[in-house]
Amino acid sequence: MNKIKIFLLVLCFAPMALYAAEPGMPLDKAPIDTSDNESLQRGAQAFVNYCLTCHGASFMRYNRHRDIGWDNEAVVLNKLVMTGQKAGDLMVSAMRKNEGEEWFGVAPPDLSVIARSRGADWLYTYLRAFYRDDTTVPGWNNLVFDRAAMPHVLYEFQGEQRLVVKSVDGKEVKSLDLVKPGSMTVSEYDRYVADLVNYLVYIGEPIANERKRIGMLVMIFLFGMLGLTYLLYREYWRDIH
Amino acid sequence: MADSFSINNEMSGRRKFLVAATSVAGGVACAGIATPFVKSMMPSERAKAAGAPVEVDISRLEPGMLLMVEWRGRVVWILDRTPEMLATLEKLEPQLSDPGSDKDQQPDYAKNRTRSIKPAILVVEGICTHLGCSPVFRKDIAPQDLGADWLGGFFCPCHGSKFDLAGRVYKSVPAPTNMVVPPHVYLSDNVLLIGAESKESA
Amino acid sequence: MSKQKNSFLEWIDKRFPMTVTWREHLSEYYAPKNFNFWYFFGSLALLVLVNQLITGIFLTMSYKPDASLAFASVEYIMRDVDYGWLIRYMHSTGASMFFVVVYLHMFRGMIYGSYRKPRELLWLIGMAIFFVLMSLAFTGYILPWGQMSYWGAQVIVSMFEAIPFIGETLHNWILGDFMLSDAALNRFFAYHVVTLPVLIVVLVFVHVIALHEVGSNNPDGIEIKENKNPETKIPVDGIPFHPYYTVKDIFGVVGFLIVFCGIIFFAPEMGGYFLEYNNFIPANTLQTPDHIAPVWYFTPYYSMLRAVTVNFLWIDAKLWGVFLMVAGVAVFCFLPWLDRSPVKSIRYKGPIFKFALAMFVISFFVLGWLGTQSPTPLYTLLAQIFSVIYFAFFILMPWYSKIDKTKPEPKRVTK
Repeated sequence: MNKIKIFLLVLCFAPMALYAAEPGMPLDKAPIDTSDNESLQRGAQAFVNYCLTCHGASFMRYNRHRDIGWDNEAVVLNKLVMTGQKAGDLMVSAMRKNEGEEWFGVAPPDLSVIARSRGADWLYTYLRAFYRDDTTVPGWNNLVFDRAAMPHVLYEFQGEQRLVVKSVDGKEVKSLDLVKPGSMTVSEYDRYVADLVNYLVYIGEPIANERKRIGMLVMIFLFGMLGLTYLLYREYWRDIH
Repeated sequence: MADSFSINNEMSGRRKFLVAATSVAGGVACAGIATPFVKSMMPSERAKAAGAPVEVDISRLEPGMLLMVEWRGRVVWILDRTPEMLATLEKLEPQLSDPGSDKDQQPDYAKNRTRSIKPAILVVEGICTHLGCSPVFRKDIAPQDLGADWLGGFFCPCHGSKFDLAGRVYKSVPAPTNMVVPPHVYLSDNVLLIGAESKESA
Repeated sequence: MSKQKNSFLEWIDKRFPMTVTWREHLSEYYAPKNFNFWYFFGSLALLVLVNQLITGIFLTMSYKPDASLAFASVEYIMRDVDYGWLIRYMHSTGASMFFVVVYLHMFRGMIYGSYRKPRELLWLIGMAIFFVLMSLAFTGYILPWGQMSYWGAQVIVSMFEAIPFIGETLHNWILGDFMLSDAALNRFFAYHVVTLPVLIVVLVFVHVIALHEVGSNNPDGIEIKENKNPETKIPVDGIPFHPYYTVKDIFGVVGFLIVFCGIIFFAPEMGGYFLEYNNFIPANTLQTPDHIAPVWYFTPYYSMLRAVTVNFLWIDAKLWGVFLMVAGVAVFCFLPWLDRSPVKSIRYKGPIFKFALAMFVISFFVLGWLGTQSPTPLYTLLAQIFSVIYFAFFILMPWYSKIDKTKPEPKRVTK
């Protein structure tokens, strides 16, 4: 019977290995850590300054930022809120949906759970992969998201990149070249984007760290319970002969 | 052929102990899993945000005028009492059930005859302590329906409870206690914050 | 004290058959003593059902079955409702784990011949539960109103259009609109929280009653009731379900909870299999995601749906695909009459059956995996080959189960 179990177990995990190996656009690993409150706080301020103008995070409340070390509402209001919103308000964008459609052709999506659909690595690569492209309406294009409607909002920091297409073994290889540096160095900009992505991952599921913490306690309890119920089972089954 | 089992009717000490230990652990597990379900029914973050303290500008409130504001979905009355109105408070005390506001229906700073921070300005939840109707502000003196000794106050149309102009309940009416004074604070002379005692604790 | 308790019980028993029920179904229900690992999954399915019912009730307290509010209300549960995240993950993980335990429970029946006489009806009731479970999963998956909810449902409901003559009318009748919209969301919500849960609870009850009528099968596939102690009339290989299997099942439950809680607390998305990434994008009626796949438990049948690419006879490929998919589920109903082997359990069946079963399991997994992938010519060919193997397992069974070389069954159950 054990053969059947092993056979099933192998079959269960085989598709996962294949799934992981699926080819696609190579993405850079996002260097993030959602337990790093300072990074999250920097990310939150970057988000409020540069994203919230067009995108909402409309499932997220300002006072929820107690999770990342701003447990006083006055501090949250001071750090994040610019216009008369209250601490318990949702982080909605100042821009109306129809305005977004008018300006960008498509309403900028809400970013509350964007990290859960796109993944951190995609966001990290995307925000660093803008390049000048005069053939598009916003004047920018993106290596990860072709013809993205969004212009390069952070270009003052990153500078201007251009697309370089090389032919290696008959295959097109695209890369980006920084032609006009911005106010940040490359590593500073990477850090800035990493903080922002870290924050997006956090707001995707604000409970995530707490969830794992509770999970550890539950697991410890259950393993104790497993031992206890096993002894109980063995004790009763001594009756069976 | 014999049965495959022989029930151990005499519970051995070990068996008793294991049953007890598993039962206790199971009870802990049940309590542990029930807690989040019970807690999930408490007011959510949205409800709390909607119930956040409200700021009220009372600069345009005139003497004798009642202002209604909403806090946590409840009506809160703000009444600027005239000196004549304030004078009734002492007079009515023999007819009241709890004139000294001894029952815990108000913050400490409102445990006085006027039940308020500033003597003239009454801040009280406009909800009858009987069954939750909202009483009517009756400032008319000695009306036909309330009798000759009515000096002005609040009257609940649902079951006839009467309150004076500080929200204190009369004797022999269905409502058991004085009306509730919510936590409040003056942020400035004319700006009142209802629902909290300081801006920071909001 | 105990005298008082007895008189209380007597009072009850005169009005309700409590003691009798307790005896018949627990303390004097004799189950074979040789149950193994595979026999945990019945009680676990019951546990998951209870989990789904309770967490489901709590979710309905905050969920809004309205196309413009549904997605946000799920995030409201995840963030604003205290412990809402836990309740939601228990429900979403429970849905997938329901299929895990039910598939293993069905596989147990297949390896030990639990569908064979006298348990044919028990098996059919179980299949009815399986159909209701699939409907529950389908209607439930629509509710978050994400991209996968929307387009997954769109694809499934479009299958009804394949039915000749009445297809389009039926499609519109099911949706209450000309396309998937708020009307459908609202009525699927009604099915998901009222109709189907009531049905599944009734069917599970009937399933247990039917089981206790015929008695449990066991890994040796022999009938313990045929060998009773002449004095006590108790099957010699039977032991009282309570306390012996209750304590064993409690142990199994804790083992299961370790896996279940491991997923809830550490991998609630389960790598995109339990909660699909694209379902975190609100439904957009104008844009299909690049790649849509149903949740993992439907993917084997989804592969069959896509495997048919040619029109055959006077029926087009789309309708054949639907036929094949429905057949892929329904074919299990015929197992009691397809298996002609003189023995029930795989322990005494011959090499041909073991090989056929292994091929079936492989094809089930391969089809399942293919269903998560975008179709390519190679994948479609693979889906066709493995669909053939899948059905061959059933269609050829009357033949190979008869000619297979079996071992003799023992008189008494073995360890």
